[in-house]
Amino acid sequence: MRDLTDRALDTAAQLGATYADVRVIRRRDESIAVKSGRVEGVALGETDGFGVRVLVDGAWGFAASDTLDLAEADRVGALAVRVAKASATALRRPVELDGRPPATGTYETPIVEDPFKIPLETKISDLVAADRAAGAVTGVAFTESIYTGHREWKTFAATDGSFTEQVLTQVGTAVEANAIEGDEHQRRSYPDAGGGYQAAGYEYIRGLDLAGHAEQYAEEAVALLSAPQLPSGRRTIVLDPSMLYLQLHESCGHPTELDRVFGTEASYAGTSFLTPDKLEEGFRYGSDLVTIVADATAAGGLGTFGWDDEGVEAQAVPLVQNGRFVGYQSSRETAPRVGLRSSGGMRADGWNRIPLIRMTNVSMLPVPGMSLDEIVADTDDGLYLANNRSWSIDDRRLNFQFATEIAWEIKGGKKGKLYKNPTYTGITYEFWRSCDAVGDERSFVMLGTPNCGKGEPSQTARVGHAVPGARFRNVQVGVGKW
Amino acid sequence: MVSRANRLATPGVPPTRGGGSAVAASELARSVNARDPESALALAEEVLGRAVKIGATEAEVLVMAGDSALTRFANSEIHQNVVEHSLTVNLRYVVGKRIAVVSTGKVDTEGLRSLVNRAAAIARSCEELDDWAGLSAPANGATRAAISAWSDGSAEATPEFRAEGVRAVIAAADAVGVTAYGSFSTEAEAVAVANSAGIRAAENRTSAQLLTVHMSPDGGTGYAEGVSMDATTIDAAAIGREAATKARAGDRAVVVEPGDYPVVLEEYAVVDITDMLGYLGFSALAVQEGRSFVEPGRRIGSDLVTVIDDGGDREGLPMAFDYEGVVKQRVPLVEAGVCREVVYDSQTAARAGRRSTGHGLPAPNPWGPFPLNAVMSAGATPRDELIGGLDRGLLVTRFHYTNVVHPKLAIITGMTRDGTFLVEGGEIVGPVRNLRFTQSYLDALAGVSAVSSSRKTIKGFLGAAIVPALRIDAWTFTGVTEF
Repeated sequence: MRDLTDRALDTAAQLGATYADVRVIRRRDESIAVKSGRVEGVALGETDGFGVRVLVDGAWGFAASDTLDLAEADRVGALAVRVAKASATALRRPVELDGRPPATGTYETPIVEDPFKIPLETKISDLVAADRAAGAVTGVAFTESIYTGHREWKTFAATDGSFTEQVLTQVGTAVEANAIEGDEHQRRSYPDAGGGYQAAGYEYIRGLDLAGHAEQYAEEAVALLSAPQLPSGRRTIVLDPSMLYLQLHESCGHPTELDRVFGTEASYAGTSFLTPDKLEEGFRYGSDLVTIVADATAAGGLGTFGWDDEGVEAQAVPLVQNGRFVGYQSSRETAPRVGLRSSGGMRADGWNRIPLIRMTNVSMLPVPGMSLDEIVADTDDGLYLANNRSWSIDDRRLNFQFATEIAWEIKGGKKGKLYKNPTYTGITYEFWRSCDAVGDERSFVMLGTPNCGKGEPSQTARVGHAVPGARFRNVQVGVGKW
Repeated sequence: MVSRANRLATPGVPPTRGGGSAVAASELARSVNARDPESALALAEEVLGRAVKIGATEAEVLVMAGDSALTRFANSEIHQNVVEHSLTVNLRYVVGKRIAVVSTGKVDTEGLRSLVNRAAAIARSCEELDDWAGLSAPANGATRAAISAWSDGSAEATPEFRAEGVRAVIAAADAVGVTAYGSFSTEAEAVAVANSAGIRAAENRTSAQLLTVHMSPDGGTGYAEGVSMDATTIDAAAIGREAATKARAGDRAVVVEPGDYPVVLEEYAVVDITDMLGYLGFSALAVQEGRSFVEPGRRIGSDLVTVIDDGGDREGLPMAFDYEGVVKQRVPLVEAGVCREVVYDSQTAARAGRRSTGHGLPAPNPWGPFPLNAVMSAGATPRDELIGGLDRGLLVTRFHYTNVVHPKLAIITGMTRDGTFLVEGGEIVGPVRNLRFTQSYLDALAGVSAVSSSRKTIKGFLGAAIVPALRIDAWTFTGVTEF
């Protein structure tokens, strides 16, 4: 592999690149889809290729190919330089990178059971058993269950002498029950809508015990059909980790990405209300209980690795400390502009995409004191919301609206009556400032999503979120006309 | 010289070819390129032959080979510039009713051997799909005139060509003191499908998209977009001027209270309606699973609303066949406000006892078929006169981050973005801060009171749509943001 990376880097340097890096990536994805008890799809995808990123005259160029040979390394290295020179014709601020020591070494996701060595028959039968258990519940219209295994072999080299090799392994699964009656379509998902995912082996899948939870979730989907619509009003809400992680993702993860702050995502995903002046002033983002970090070293996270795609070592950086905004997720190009070092957050969606600032594992730290169950017991009158169903937030990440699959009313510290079609809405910093209880270590779980979209051409990132569940006061719920 | 090939499913084409030699496979793989769809078809046939030879009772091979490039700009400078060449072979391998799908980008001799062997091994491990009805066969006599989906203007676009377009957009921004953020992308690909039931389909396609958000130092933002099969027909300067004008008009926006307002939606917003309704309702799988609002004959829109799916409309981004190689049919979805038909792929068509309409996605596809070429009929109202019908309402340029709140009622939430204006007495009186809406798109279609006589081609999340601007009697806004 080193001959190919050397060749691409040498070619780029000889043609004028002041800096170049190359990533050679091989990916393997296995998926199983079961629908209403039948195996609808078993798929295996493999892709490999390399991408060369260069700086010429202060401008970026990038080219990629799926042909791994030395002649192609020459062609792609030269093409990247040509592209960079075209970029330089519309350049106002030449790129400058922060310094870092050359990256060298290897990293491998720790796993117990290699998911690609588990017999396919075993994975299918585990999934079918869960799906059929959900489908056996009277009133379920259809069920869907998925399993995915993902492995990526990544070699990174740069003209500063960096050379790293990593093997990242991740798995995910879900069982979902759907109940339909008239205009109502209710859904319950375990462990999460779209799946629970971790950087782990098949032991994570076994530990979730899909089949053991399927019946309960299916019964809830059916029960929701006859539940009342959640009335509109301002309420106390307790967010289950299965909802809190996405709240965190959308309203803290994205607005603390420094490329968004500088406008490079403006035409697609948008910008951010967390401008650098708010970093200087220590903007009150949330209540004192709110502490949020981006931690690429967290066990099991989809954003856990050895080095990012610029060769910056994995690290944990604070974003919000006791409610104050204190840091960004950043890159070697953006961090120096606000007086910081790169947070190690540059990640690309495969060999054919350029790295962007992406979340690693953006997590809300637990607060000693109460478990999530104890927070419910501590709540006189409120709602318990679980499993996201819909999400939307404005292009500066202020006005959000989420829907969950289910809401339980909390009365006198106990969960009771169900409500269907729950929604809640607010303004990001007002919402986080209203947080008055955060779960402790006993409720702290690693979740994540494998499909965080950003960038043009579109990129999908696999990001982790560890969260403990939390309570928020005076939140608008029941949005719209029903 | 334009190089175009468009070979469609016709009876009588030999079903497979050989098992192929190792040398032939490597040569085939090297020859595949976006300009030559026959080279992609030859590779598909090679893989098909190998699959049948080792025991597949049915097989389908999809080959996609493409060159794509994108130049991205922000703060009125290019900050990202990428080009990519890729080739993917997707094999659906069937033994009886056991089905496996394997895809790869490794198309050398060993890669192809591994592809078919892995597929065979997976298929042996699968359970049977009891209602598997087999791969689609060519329709008897169902040929249609080949459409041209190719333009050298996009295929030959260079980094320098895209940079020139970007500079024109930036110049328009500079002229009024705003900054430009956007992208200019060009793409050329060859798509070929061969299956053991006799389908042979191959064509090459091009596309280009230039979009920009202009941002004013005084708070206004504006959006404009151009989409075409031919990049040279996109008027970058005009797109820059449209966004610049709107950005300046949006300066110093004021708050209007959420509530129900009549609205005029520009084409950039309307595409979200056609996409969402296509996604939620007009798929045969959604109907078969009981999660669609569509019932033939059900009225969901005013008389002014007609939407078809037409992969042959060259104003959009045409496609002659779907990813199962089935010729795309022109499917009426809504006629004068009344639901007519939905789109099918092979599996949903077999369940319904009919033929696919040519709307399949690459296998495996648990999501079902989708209309990827929505075309909404133009109306009789000149575009500039749509707001004339508003006593007090809002003009909306586009939506942002829309998502489904209630699927069967098609209730969607999202934000307005890049140009929202208060209209009184038929005149724009000023910009307003962006609003959140929570609105049934079905109710919105029922409230369409005017349709523009002109249309634009816009890329949405379900392909490219051709849509007019609309005036709608009531739209429910449920929140407001700070800008």
